Amino acid sequence: METTKKKNFNLRSLGVLVLVLYIVFLIGPIAGLDVPTIAASIKANPLQLIQFLIIGISNGAIIAIIALGYTMVYGIIELINFAHGDVYMIGVFTSLTVLSLTGTLNSTNPVQIVLGLAFALIIAIVVCASLNATIERLAYRRLRNAPRLAPLISAIGMSFIIENIGLMWAAQAWLVPSFGTTGGASQKVFPDMLSALFKATGFNGGDVNLLVASGLPLRLTVKDILVIVLAVALMTGLYLFVQRTQLGKAMRATAQNRDAAKMLGIDIDLVITATFLIGGGLAGAAGLMAGLYNNTAWWFMGFRAGLQAFTAAVLGGIGNITGAMLGGFLIGLLASFSDGYLNARWTNAWVFATLVLILLFRPTGLLGEQVGQKA
Amino acid sequence: MSKRLFVLISVLILASMLLAACGGTGGGATAKTLKIVSSLPMTGSSLTQTQTIVNAMQLRLDQAKNTACGGKYTIAYEPWDDASAALGKWDPAVETENANKAAADKSIVAYLGTFNSGAAKLSIPILNGAGPLVMISPANTNPGLTKADKDLPGVTDSYYPTKVRNYARVVAADDIQGKVAANFVKSLGAKTVYILDDQELYGKGVADVFNATAKEIGLTVLGQEGIDPKAADYKALMTKISTSNAGGPPDAIYVGMVVDNNASQLLKDKVSIMGDNNKVKYVGPDGIQTQAFIDGAGADIAEGAYASVAGVPLSELPASGKQFVKDYEAKYGPLTEPYAVYGYETMNVALKAIEDVCTAGGDPTNRESVRAAVFAIKNFDGALGTWSFDANGDTSLTDMTFYQVKGGKYVSVGTFK
Repeated sequence: METTKKKNFNLRSLGVLVLVLYIVFLIGPIAGLDVPTIAASIKANPLQLIQFLIIGISNGAIIAIIALGYTMVYGIIELINFAHGDVYMIGVFTSLTVLSLTGTLNSTNPVQIVLGLAFALIIAIVVCASLNATIERLAYRRLRNAPRLAPLISAIGMSFIIENIGLMWAAQAWLVPSFGTTGGASQKVFPDMLSALFKATGFNGGDVNLLVASGLPLRLTVKDILVIVLAVALMTGLYLFVQRTQLGKAMRATAQNRDAAKMLGIDIDLVITATFLIGGGLAGAAGLMAGLYNNTAWWFMGFRAGLQAFTAAVLGGIGNITGAMLGGFLIGLLASFSDGYLNARWTNAWVFATLVLILLFRPTGLLGEQVGQKA
Repeated sequence: MSKRLFVLISVLILASMLLAACGGTGGGATAKTLKIVSSLPMTGSSLTQTQTIVNAMQLRLDQAKNTACGGKYTIAYEPWDDASAALGKWDPAVETENANKAAADKSIVAYLGTFNSGAAKLSIPILNGAGPLVMISPANTNPGLTKADKDLPGVTDSYYPTKVRNYARVVAADDIQGKVAANFVKSLGAKTVYILDDQELYGKGVADVFNATAKEIGLTVLGQEGIDPKAADYKALMTKISTSNAGGPPDAIYVGMVVDNNASQLLKDKVSIMGDNNKVKYVGPDGIQTQAFIDGAGADIAEGAYASVAGVPLSELPASGKQFVKDYEAKYGPLTEPYAVYGYETMNVALKAIEDVCTAGGDPTNRESVRAAVFAIKNFDGALGTWSFDANGDTSLTDMTFYQVKGGKYVSVGTFK
C-alpha cells in the first residue's frame, strides 16, 4: 500500500488554487465565512475551539468506521456498496433490540449495563457481518463480471430493501416496547446507557461529563472517549489484520489483481466474503457506538451516514484504509467547525466543496492509491 | 412443469380479468362514481399525523355512506402517498406525479392535500391547469400559497397560471402562527431567542415570520440558521448557540420545522448541551406537535417543550367537532393528533361542495363547478366551528393553541389570536 508519486504543483495548478481562493473569499461570506466575526468569536471563547474539536473527532470516528467498509469493498471488487450505510442502521436497531430483550434498557444495575452493552456489541457485529455477506452473495456475486453499472444498481436496490426492513423493524413494539405506537417511520430513542451507568455508579458525581469537576465550560463525556477509543482500536486492529495475516495478504493480492491472485491459488470468493464480513462487522460496531453517542435509532439514518462515509473514503483515497480514517475525521471536523463558526445552513456545501477542492488537486484522494487495472 | 404452470397461470389471469370486468360493469349500472383523492406523506415520521387525517377523511365518507346527491353518485376515496422511501419524507417527484395523475383522471373532482407547503407549491399550478381541479389542504400553513408577500411580488400569482384560484385550506396560515408564537415566547418571559429552521418552504416560512415579529415586539433575535435535516447530530450547533447570548444560552429557541426533518435529534442535542426546556425554552410550530416528536426524543427530554397548532384544542371544539372525536375514537382508538379534525373538515368541504352543485342543478363531474362551490362556502357549520373561505381560499378561523409536553403528552396551555 504505497502512495503513488506525488504530483508537483506546477504553474497551472497554482493558478487554479488562486482562482479557487478568490472564489472562496468572494462567495464565502454568503455562506458564513466572515473572518472578523469568526476571529472575534474565537477570541471571546477560545475554549469552544476545543469543544468543536472534540465533537468533530467523535462524529468523525463514527464516519471513519463506516468508511472502512466502503473502502475495503471498493479496494477489492471496485464496487460502491451503497447498502453499507443501511447495514449500519441495522446495527443500531440490532443493538437496541438486544438491549431491550435482555432487559438492559430499564436496568440500573451497572454490571448488567456493561454486560448488556458488550453482548449487544457482539450480536450487532455478528448480525451486520452476516447481513453484509448475504447481500454480497445475493446481489453482487452473480454480477461480478457484468458491466459495472449492474452491481451498482443492485447495490442501490439493496439499500432500499434494507431501509424498508428498518422501517418495518421500528414498528415492532412487541419486540421493543420503547418503540411506542407511532409507527416505524418516526425516530426512536436509543437510551442514554452511558449516562445511566454513571448515575448508577455515582462515579464522577454521576455526571457523564468528565470535565464537570474542573469547572471549565467544556464537555468531554465518556461517550466521546468511548467512541474515539473504540474507533481507533477497531481501525488499528483492521490495519494489522490486513498487513500481518495471511487472509489480509490474500485481500491485498486480490485488490491488486484479481485474476493473478486466482492463478496463485487464492480463493477469491472466500476473500471477498471475508471482506464483506469484516466491513459489516465494523458497521455493526459503529451502529452501537452511534446509538450510544446520539441516542437515536431511525430507519433513515443509514443514508446520510453512508453518504458521509463514502465521501470520507473518497477524500482519503478510496481503497486505502488509513485514508478512510483520515477522511472520516476530516469530515467530522469540517462539519463541526462549519456548524460552530460558519452557518449551519451551509455545512454540507462546505464539506463537499472541500471534497471537490481536494479531488481537484489530488484526484486519487489524500492518501490516494492506485486501485486495480480493471477500471 | 413449465407448460402446466404456464397454462394454469394463463387461466388464472383470464379468470381474474373476467371478474374485474364484471365488477366494472356492475358498479357503473347503478351510480356514477366521483373520485376524491388525498396526497399526504405516508412514509416518514409524519405518518403519525397523516394516518389520523386519512382515517378522519374515511370516517366522514363512511358517514355519507360513500354517496352524494341522494345516491346519484358514488364517492370513491383513495389515500395517496406523496413521500418516498428514498427521502423519508414528502418527495417533490412523487407529489408532482400525484398531481399529474390526478389531473389526467377525469373522475377525480377534489384533491385533498397536501400536508407540506413545499409540496402544495408544486401541485397547485399543475391542478390549476386541469379544469381547474380544486385542492383543499388540511395542513399547509405557508402564507405565500394564498396571500401575496409584499417582499416577493408575483410569487403567489405564479402558482395560478389560469388566474383562477383552485386552492383552499381549512387551517390558519403561518402569518398568524409565526406572529402568535413570537408573542407567546415573549409572554413566557424570554428576552433573547435563537431561531432554527429546516430550510423548507413551511419551516423557513414560519421561522421568518417569527423572526420579523420578534424584532417588532422587542425580542432580541440572536441568530437564525437552517439545519441539515439529515445530520447525525447537532452538538456543534447547539454548543455555538449555548454561548450566543453574551457567553450564555438564549432564553428561548424557536424551531420552524416538521418532525421528519430530524426534529427529535435536534431537541436531544439541545437538552444535552443546554439543559432542560424550562431553563432554555423550546418552542415550535404545528410540524412538531405530534406524538412522534415526543417519542423520538424521549418523554423526559421533551418535557416542557411547546408547540402551536391552529384552532382550539379537541376538548373545546363545537358540538359537531366533539361528535367527530367521539366517532373517531369509537372506530380508530384514542385521538391525540391535532390534524385529524382538519382532515375530517376537508372531506366535509368536498362533500358539501358536491351536494351544493347538485342542489343548484349543476353537474358535479364538472371540476370547475365543484371548485366554484368550494370557494362559495360561507358560514359553514363544520367540525371546527362556523367559518367561511375568503376569496384567497383562506379560512376565517384564526385561533392558535399552544401545547406543552407534560409527562410525555402534549397538553394545551392556552388559545391565542
